[in-house]
Amino acid sequence: MATKTQGGPKTVQAKEPAAARNIQLPIYLDYQATTPTDPRVVEAMLPYFTTKFGNPHSRNHSFGWEAEEGVETARAQIAALVGATDKEIIFTSGATESNNLAIKGVGRFYKDRRNEIVTVVTEHKCVLDACRHLEEEGVKVTYLAVKQNGLVDLGHLRQAVTDKTALVSVMAVNNEIGVVQPLKEIAAIAHEKGAFFHTDAAQAAGKIPLDVEDMHIDLMSISAHKMYGPKGVGALYVRRKPRVRLHALIHGGGQERGMRSGTLPVPLIVGFGKAAEIAQNEMAKDNERIRRLSDRLFNGINKELKDVVLNGDRDARFPGNLNLSFSYVEGESLMMGIRDIAVSSGSACTSASLEPSYVLRALGVEEEMAHTSIRFGIGRMTTEGEIDYAIETIVKHVKKLREMSPLWEMVQEGIDLKSIQWSDH
Amino acid sequence: MAYGEKLIDHYENPRNIGSMDKHATDVGTGLVGAPACGDVMKLQIKVSSEGIIEDAKFKTFGCGSAIASSSLVTEWVKGKTLDEAEGIKNTQIAQHLALPPVKIHCSVLAEDAIKAAIADYRKKSGKAQNVQTASEPATVAAQ
Repeated sequence: MATKTQGGPKTVQAKEPAAARNIQLPIYLDYQATTPTDPRVVEAMLPYFTTKFGNPHSRNHSFGWEAEEGVETARAQIAALVGATDKEIIFTSGATESNNLAIKGVGRFYKDRRNEIVTVVTEHKCVLDACRHLEEEGVKVTYLAVKQNGLVDLGHLRQAVTDKTALVSVMAVNNEIGVVQPLKEIAAIAHEKGAFFHTDAAQAAGKIPLDVEDMHIDLMSISAHKMYGPKGVGALYVRRKPRVRLHALIHGGGQERGMRSGTLPVPLIVGFGKAAEIAQNEMAKDNERIRRLSDRLFNGINKELKDVVLNGDRDARFPGNLNLSFSYVEGESLMMGIRDIAVSSGSACTSASLEPSYVLRALGVEEEMAHTSIRFGIGRMTTEGEIDYAIETIVKHVKKLREMSPLWEMVQEGIDLKSIQWSDH
Repeated sequence: MAYGEKLIDHYENPRNIGSMDKHATDVGTGLVGAPACGDVMKLQIKVSSEGIIEDAKFKTFGCGSAIASSSLVTEWVKGKTLDEAEGIKNTQIAQHLALPPVKIHCSVLAEDAIKAAIADYRKKSGKAQNVQTASEPATVAAQ
């Protein structure tokens, strides 16, 4: 959930440092939620709305051929990004559909021979929810716990995978905390028992190097709008050798090799392809910048504030995701204070349940700490000036809210918060 | 979500932040909520010998609505008798700040904080077992 800001963009004159001058507010630091579409992507898409509007499935005229060419170029661009062949890329409406197709599709196809699926508690809701549906159909699903750093315990995984396991599904980069799972090792464990390995790479594709051959990935979900492409399109990589088979979720004209019927959204697919091409060409450059900005944000905050905790493994992470707990300051109140900066909170205070993030809880983060967490997402368009403005604003508001916090006061007085008998409400 | 103007004003310019000596006999302290639930309010009242709340302070760990609710009640209780303050209802707080439905619990917590502070004061001043005569707390408090 991002903070809402009032009014249109405004320009501020930050005092220090000079680089922070002339920043457009609000600042977007929520790149895990979505990314702006790269202008080069928009440019590539435009002709497919107007002059090249054909249906790629029209075989009898040039309008169809032209659209088909756009689709196939995009398919090749996406395949190249992840080391796949063109025919292994199936277009979908996004990563949610790709995850559903992978899990339900494979789960249902192999159910008679192998009726078990192994996944992880910190997966995206759409993976967990697809698994819950399969459970209702009689598939046994194991939800593995994670270690305190958010990573899968490979020993536990090895115990959970049996010769009845059809699919192991573990995400590449976690959306909330940014940790990168050891995909190659997970794939090896799945394959030892003859299971397929699916990874939800919505947050990883275009951000970290992925190679389905080198990593022995059988199915991979990709989203365009997380990598500077348009919303509403994604892909599922489905391995052909050895062949992975699945039941389609959407039936109709038999497009996408029968795995996903429906007329392809050509402009979106063309944009997705362009985004993949840009990501492949600029990944190293982008990541070097993102890492530098991420370090700048982390160090800048920690220089001014104590008791700030990084959630998730420090090293095995995509640096564009910094999930920080600001002890004794409730996350949503901090988001309200830093309204000019669009971020997400690990606190789910708006939900009736009052339960904080299930991902942070799975890491063993205490509930009170989970309530103090904020996710900062840094991306291609983030500037140094924005980061400096963010540091200044965050430090100011955390200090103010700590002055207001009874918990901070007690801790400064030397009171152990665990010794207090808290009332429930 | 979009917040109302009054709520944002109380969040940005909270009234009566601070702490009073919790051991003082004329101070009542209410500490309600739990860190694990994401809300903790500490509300303190200073009661005059006439039984009037002459000062109130708060500290809150919680969302903007929780901060605004506690800020608002510190304003409201000042100048009131204990009975009057005890009559403040969470619905009044929620209505005044235009709290969205998911934030109603913040106003409930603020009401609880007032009640807890008053109860603490009465307990300290020896009036806990004598609530029926709470309309004249001043005489006892003055002794």
